Amino acid sequence: MSGERLHYPHRKRGLDHAWFTHEPTFSRKPVAWPNGKQVALWITVPLELFPLDAPAQPFRPLGGLDRGYPDFWSYSNRDYGLRIGIYRIMRVLDGLGLTATAAVNAAVAMRYPRVVEEARLRRWEIMASGMDMGRLHHGSLPIEDERNLVRDACAIIAKAAGKPIAGWHSPAHSESMHTLQLVRECGLDYVADWANDDLPYLLQTSAGPLCAMPLTFEWSDRLLLVQHSLTVDDYQAQIMRAFQRLRAEADQRGAGRILSLSVSPWIMGYPHRIATFQRLLGRIVASGSIWHANGTQIAETFRDQVLRAS
Amino acid sequence: MIEEPDRYDYLPLIDRPKIRWPNDARVAFWVCPNIEFYELDPPEGQGRPLWPRPHPDVLSYSLRDYGNRVGVWRVMEALEKFGVRASVSLNAAMCDHMPEIVDECLRLRWELFSHGIYNTRLISGMTEDEVREVIRDSVATISRHSGAPVHGWLAPAISATETFFDLLPEFGIRYTVDMVPDDQPVPIKVRSGRLVAVPYSTEINDIRIMGVRGYPAEQWAAMIKASFDQLYREGADNGMVLCVPLHPFVVGQPHRIEALHDVLRHVTSHDQVWLATAREIADYYDAHCYDEAVRYRPSEMAGSR
Repeated sequence: MSGERLHYPHRKRGLDHAWFTHEPTFSRKPVAWPNGKQVALWITVPLELFPLDAPAQPFRPLGGLDRGYPDFWSYSNRDYGLRIGIYRIMRVLDGLGLTATAAVNAAVAMRYPRVVEEARLRRWEIMASGMDMGRLHHGSLPIEDERNLVRDACAIIAKAAGKPIAGWHSPAHSESMHTLQLVRECGLDYVADWANDDLPYLLQTSAGPLCAMPLTFEWSDRLLLVQHSLTVDDYQAQIMRAFQRLRAEADQRGAGRILSLSVSPWIMGYPHRIATFQRLLGRIVASGSIWHANGTQIAETFRDQVLRAS
Repeated sequence: MIEEPDRYDYLPLIDRPKIRWPNDARVAFWVCPNIEFYELDPPEGQGRPLWPRPHPDVLSYSLRDYGNRVGVWRVMEALEKFGVRASVSLNAAMCDHMPEIVDECLRLRWELFSHGIYNTRLISGMTEDEVREVIRDSVATISRHSGAPVHGWLAPAISATETFFDLLPEFGIRYTVDMVPDDQPVPIKVRSGRLVAVPYSTEINDIRIMGVRGYPAEQWAAMIKASFDQLYREGADNGMVLCVPLHPFVVGQPHRIEALHDVLRHVTSHDQVWLATAREIADYYDAHCYDEAVRYRPSEMAGSR
């Protein structure tokens, strides 16, 4: 038993898996966003459903109902996002002429088609985000079950989107060893789960390549406002700090950067936060250094300039 | 186990009937002190621990008792100063243990609604008849003491069973604050009778913001004022509700109480505010808005409103 602990089969240069090679971001070929803008603003809006009967195993995602079954209290607090909060966020983005990428649980597309319709009307990109927040992708899920889960979710969401979808975000950023391959099998182009870069990179799966997109967790509203309990003023300060740093790096290196914001209707859509969020986005837009784009536009631009060229 | 509550229809913010509050108020504002009795040695086996430490948890118990010895009187003074009548979420056993507090609520013409018997007696896992007994006892005890009917309900310690909503109307309960999906009242589907969810708040609750997250009181007040300002803007088009839930043992501390004055000063300095009780909001909604809300069918198409 202890002999196994002294055996290191993957101890070699690079990573301990075959999905991608190690490639420090600062040594890569620079990307130039359209019109010389320094920072691509990628806003993702998760549209999530937290079922009352979600299992506690393998883990409860951030936002999972945790007051004991039946937790109507937390359920309706999250559901507020899809009745009220999402429309406040849409109003803010509409007012600033900004687009977004909605990461949609298939259960939301079925239960609340109006929300997806409103996103389509605004030409938001629709991205697949699993079935619901109670059906996570994880290591002990049998591959055939997961294959069905990915395929069903993609089919339901593509139908609601009215066209094929390009992007995938696993609920709670949680994957099994097979998720990437299964997502690629469904014909998707990019996946946004991994937290290891500010910029896209190429993932290889047994079913073909995928673009990894930097959907932030580290400064998502759920981490900063829910998990770490920051005030919305502190959140604003953190995001501005990230934006200023990324813009400065873009200026110094002549290399485009991405400001990825993950903004949840059941968090940012509450009346005590939405006005500050509007001010924050207003400041970022007023800087004049933003290319506001959806996931596919960013992934394609990056792929054309950097991934195919290298 | 059920996957979803299925207790209310989907009415998106952008496609729903308009509410016009009395006198064209933009926001119906209500304040909800939770006046509670927590037992020193409650029965075990209620599905979750009732105290953070083993019984007797003297520190937690006495902190809650602070609310009844000290905090609630500071809260009463603040609300009276600004002319706001509260709607009390009341553990009915307070009528037995500390009737002088309940009497003072009545002198202030506060409304009393049921918050079960004790905050250390959850309804989780109870049969329907056991839940009925809790509702019956609490409603009877409070109305015997106050001489007025009890029309509202918040389950003790936010416990729940799948069907407790169905049982509330059997005892004359007309509104619940156990469902928080909206900034306007929401009709709740029940087996028979009518029930309305009056907006309460998980978000700006003093116990969650100051007690759990540890925000200074000034930050808590800033959150409530920001909520009010947002709803006041939106309320020009469609009347909104803002509830400020309070726990006297949290907000009634000397380093926090001034923040409550600050909130009340801010709210009452606006003209188009309806300083209401939960029952007044529920009754008005029932009479003027309920029927239209349950008849209304929002479009599945985008852009219409």
